[in-house]
Order: sequence, then C-alpha cells, then structure tokens
Amino acid sequence: MTSTSTVTSSRTTPTPGFGIRVVAWLRTNLFSTWYNSLITVLIAWAIVIVADPFLRWLTVNSVVAPATADVCRQAQGACWAFIQEKYRLILFGLYPYDQQWRPAAVLALFAGLCTLSCFRRFWTPRLLLIWLAGLVVVGILMWGGILGMPFVENRFFGGLPLTIILSIVGLAVAFPIAILLALGRRSNLPVLRSLSVIYIELIRGVPLISLLFMASVMFPLFLPQGVTVDKLLRAQVAFIMFAAAYMAEIVRAGLQTIPRGQYEAADALGLSYWQKHLKIVLPQALVLVIPPLVNTFIDFFKDTSLVVIIGLFDLMSSTKASLSDAAWRGFFTEAYLVAAVIYWVICFFMSRFSQRLEHDLNRNRRH
Amino acid sequence: MKSISLCSIAFSVALTTVAGSAMAATTLEAVKARGSVQCGVNVGLPGFSAPDSTGKWSGLDVDYCRAVAAAVLGDAKKVSYIPLSAQQRFQALQSGEVDLLSRNTTWTLSRDTSTGFNFAPTTFYDGQGFMVAKSLGVKSAKDLNGATVCVQQGTTTELNLADYFRANGMTFKPVVIEQVDQTFDTFFSGRCDVVTDDSSALASERASAAKKPDDYLILPEIISKEPLAPAVRQGDDKWFAIVKWAVFATFDAEEKGISSANVDDFVKNSKDPDIQRILGVSPGLGAALGVDEKWAYNIIKQVGNYGEIFERNVGVNTPLKLERGLNAQWNKGGLIYAPPLR
Repeated sequence: MTSTSTVTSSRTTPTPGFGIRVVAWLRTNLFSTWYNSLITVLIAWAIVIVADPFLRWLTVNSVVAPATADVCRQAQGACWAFIQEKYRLILFGLYPYDQQWRPAAVLALFAGLCTLSCFRRFWTPRLLLIWLAGLVVVGILMWGGILGMPFVENRFFGGLPLTIILSIVGLAVAFPIAILLALGRRSNLPVLRSLSVIYIELIRGVPLISLLFMASVMFPLFLPQGVTVDKLLRAQVAFIMFAAAYMAEIVRAGLQTIPRGQYEAADALGLSYWQKHLKIVLPQALVLVIPPLVNTFIDFFKDTSLVVIIGLFDLMSSTKASLSDAAWRGFFTEAYLVAAVIYWVICFFMSRFSQRLEHDLNRNRRH
Repeated sequence: MKSISLCSIAFSVALTTVAGSAMAATTLEAVKARGSVQCGVNVGLPGFSAPDSTGKWSGLDVDYCRAVAAAVLGDAKKVSYIPLSAQQRFQALQSGEVDLLSRNTTWTLSRDTSTGFNFAPTTFYDGQGFMVAKSLGVKSAKDLNGATVCVQQGTTTELNLADYFRANGMTFKPVVIEQVDQTFDTFFSGRCDVVTDDSSALASERASAAKKPDDYLILPEIISKEPLAPAVRQGDDKWFAIVKWAVFATFDAEEKGISSANVDDFVKNSKDPDIQRILGVSPGLGAALGVDEKWAYNIIKQVGNYGEIFERNVGVNTPLKLERGLNAQWNKGGLIYAPPLR
C-alpha cells in the first residue's frame, strides 16, 4: 500500500524531506483547528506533568549497586540496587546458586526456538523435531545428573524457566487433547460425545485455582502414606486439563465455521474420517481460530502465576520471595515493575506473533 | 446434602488410610532412610523463613528444621525445605509430604485435635498489639476511644479488635484493608490513628516500612495470644518426642549458658552432671529418644541455643528489631521454660 503511493507521488513531485513530512503530519493530525491545537497542548502538558516525576524516579533519582538497603530508603528514586542484589532469585527461584547457568541456558534456548519459529521458511515438520529435541535438552539442563552436571530435583525449579516450562509444556500437551475433545464433542458416537461434553463442562465449570487445589491439597490425601506424586507434575497436569477444556471449545468454534460442503466433498472423495479432518477440515478451522487461541495462550501464560498458592516458585512467587528478605524489605514497586515488564514482553511477543501468523495464513480470505 | 455427606465419607476414608499406614513405618525410620528431614516452611516471612539472594533459607522457623535435622541426622544441613502456602500447610503435614511443619503456625485447640496435629513447645510467643504515632500522645490502648484503626480484612485480628473495644466500652472507626502491606502504608501515610496486627509484625513494619521509625510507639497492651509452634502428625509419639525435646534442648542450653561458641568447653570441662547428661558426656538421654547421644550437642553446636536463634533472626540487631519480651527465659520475665532434661 505505502510503496505504491510513494511511487505515484515520486512521479509527479520530488518526495518531501522527512522534516517537512513530520510537520505536515502534525498540522493535519494535531493542530488542524484552534481547539485541536489547544487540546494537543493541554494533553502534552498533562503527560509531562505525570511522566516527569515517574521518569525521574526511574532514572536520575534512582540508586544502583553497591548501595545498601539503607541508602536506598533515603533516596527519592527507584532502588535498582535491590534488583541487582536479587535478580537471580527473581529469575531462577531456588535453583542451586552455583548451577544457575543451566536455567539461564534454558531461557536462551527457548528464546532461540521461538525466534526460529517466527520465520515461515522454517515451518517444516523438521521444526517439530527441533522443538522436541529442544525440550529434551531443556530437561537435561534442568535436571542434570549426566554430563557432569549434578542432579537437581524439580522442587528447586523456579522463576522464569518454571513459568515458561509450565506454559509451553502445558499448551503443547493440551493442544492435541483439545483437538480430540473438540472432535469428540462433534462426534456421532453418543458415548464419546457425552464424555467429551462432561469433561469440557466439568473443567470449565470450576476455577483454575480450585483445580490446582484439588491437585495439590486433595489428591495427596487419597494416596497411601509416603507415596507422593511430584508437586510440579501435579500442577502441570492440572494446567493441561484446564487448558485442554478451554482450547477444545475454541477449536470446536473453528470446526463449526467450515461449510457443510467441505465435509460432503471429502466424503464424496472417499476419504476416511481422519483423512477428512487432518487434510481438509482442521487446516482450515485452526487458521480461523488463531486470535482466540493466542488469547487463551496469553491468558494461560499469566495464569501460571496462580501456582503461588501451592508453594511453587514461579516468576511471581520468586519475586514475592525476594521481598521477604529482612534486610531488603519494602522495595515492592521495583520488584513488581520488573516482573510486570518480563510478563509484558513475553505476552507482547506472543500477540505480535499471532498477528503475523494470521496475516500470513489468512491471505486468501482478505478482501 | 447428599454430595456433602459423600464427600465427607471420602475424606474420612482418605484420612483413615493415611493414619493407618502411618503406623507401618515410623517417621524417624523414614527420615533416617531418606537422609534428610522434610520440613514445611513459609514461602517468605522476614525473620522466620525466607530465602536469601542465593536461595539459602534462613529464619527462626528454619532454624528449628535445622535443629531437628541436627538431632536426628547429626547434620543441620540435611533438611529439604518445602515452601508451603497457608492453605496447603495442614494437608502437607497430614499427607506425609513433610515430617515437620515449622511455619509460623498458631497452636490452637482445634488444630491440636480435629486437624490431627501435635504441637511441639512454642518457639515464638506473639500477640496482637497496637501501634500509634507518638504525636498522638497516647500511652495506653485504653485511651483509644473513638480512634480510627487500620486493620487487615478477614483476619482474627479484625475480630479481636472489635472484641477488645466492645469489652472496654469504647468505639472505633475501622479502616479495613485487604493487603497487609497496604494496611501499614495507609497507617504510615497518616490515614489512621492506630494500626493493629501481631506485635512482631508491628515491630518489623515499623523498622522497615516507616520513614522515621522513632515517630511511632507500640502500646504495651497485647490483646490476643498467638503462640507459634512447630507441629507434627498425630500417631507417631516417638517422632513427636524428638521434635519436642529438640526445641526444649535449645531452651535449656540458653538457661545454662551453653552456646555454639562455648559448647566444646562444656563438653571438656563441665563437672555439672546435668550438663554432662545434656551434652551426651554421660549417656542415656539420646538412647531414650532413639537418637544419637550427641543429639543436643549437635543442635547447640550447629544451630545454637534459643537466645542465639532469636537474636540472629529477629532480635534487636536484625532489621526486625524485636525485644525478647515474652520470649525471654522464665527466670528473666519471659515464658521460655524447659522441663528438666534428665
């Protein structure tokens, strides 16, 4: 769109310089009439009034290491010394201090895998294998026990790697289950259909927090003494169950938009049930539901912070734990700001990624 | 109704299964086989249990996990800390996920009976108090008639407050706030005359959150009892005895002046038969408890006596700046009292 317009304009007149274009944009958009100018000035003034103290707090008045907590309390600005002191606890939780390069490597690995998945030319079945291999490496790095890395029990997993593992493993396992549930709910077999409906409605009918409670508080009471299923595993299973039920309904919505003719055409070609769905129905249906799916992904990513109530040290709980050091009390603003920025960056990345996906995959539908 | 009764049947069946199988293997055997004590602690409470910047746990409650490990396994480091939220702590102990709950838990009748716990001796006596600005000119809680009180919502604190004012024929205007941090922020910003909470919390918030700690006064009245004690499951008396006497050993060591610094001196030079018994120089106590004769020596050497534990974690030289108060030895006006170790 933009490229065509510049081409036409360059034919008639030389392209105006950047400065002139900015002025022109300001004129048309912000200062077109006297009252628009007035509103612009007033709003700009209000922004400065509000933003100025905040920016001062954030930058010039802030305190950095090697300042102590006492120095920080006297200062007018943010205490970045607190973050410098605690960033490893916030990022990696209770993971053994001298081994924290391992979760750091896991974060780098996840970042690499996500970047790789952004490029369409890597979208081959091989990408799936790369992800699987990536998850195996993540497991090796986190648990260790081989290659000279000491074994680390998963009750020490914490911080951002735990949040990301809970989300990615949760979503990856829940997604195929969700598709099966959605197909089950639309199936002609009454038993299968009612089981899917019961599962979906049961899980959707309770809050996630109660599922986590069931998994962590009730479930162990039904086990014999001494038999304990790992806390992390219990939480992970609860997440998968929950995510599967929600995503199943989104997938079903996608399935319903596929016109009847598509199914009939597939039947007429003599395709089997699975061929019909895998080759014709699902590829169309899933592309349509990318926005609500990513919405659920983002929701779910943030919901992992609920594990705080079952004593797992995800990013949010390790942030809270960093605040409970008697020597460094009271720097809530800085700690929560850092956590918020981390959450925001990841969620923003997911949302941009989904927009791009939508843009690329729905090209045929755009009018 | 039906679903409720079904649920309670399922629940009691579950509980009986747990209790029944608890008989099979004792906690002591399980701990020795595992080589570590699984100790339920708070996810983060300054001075009581909190991970430091390197993820190492410390605090008063944490020290009692270490004391039990020192007594049973001879090494205070052999503890697996299980951070527990307030909601899951009781289940964690009931189901056997932890051997010991040392998580600022108030000893009450119902927890001692229907919840199915046994409480070791109180390791920290807390109680609800009031804090005011000195500029208010109040010296006693009895002068607080008509005051505006900041209080946290939905806690026993809120109920105790109402009870206290009604009992003394006074009125107050509550400012009810959901979060504990906000309760104190609101008070320090001057919206209330008074803030009420456990006195240890008042002291630590004054030390850490107030701009000028000296401007605030904690009133002498304590209106509730909050004895914080470690807890174990019912049905394993042997393990209960070990935890109980591990706590008493720290009390007794302080009373007798034995500390981590001088305990070796006492072992070598003390002629006092009482001290020789405690430190395992003359054997007997360890065998009675079913642990090593050096159990108390290990506690004192590796963790310290009660005074050391208190001063290190919550005492006047820490950011919490708590006075001993009720937590002084019985012969110094406090409640810390150990029965004879013999």
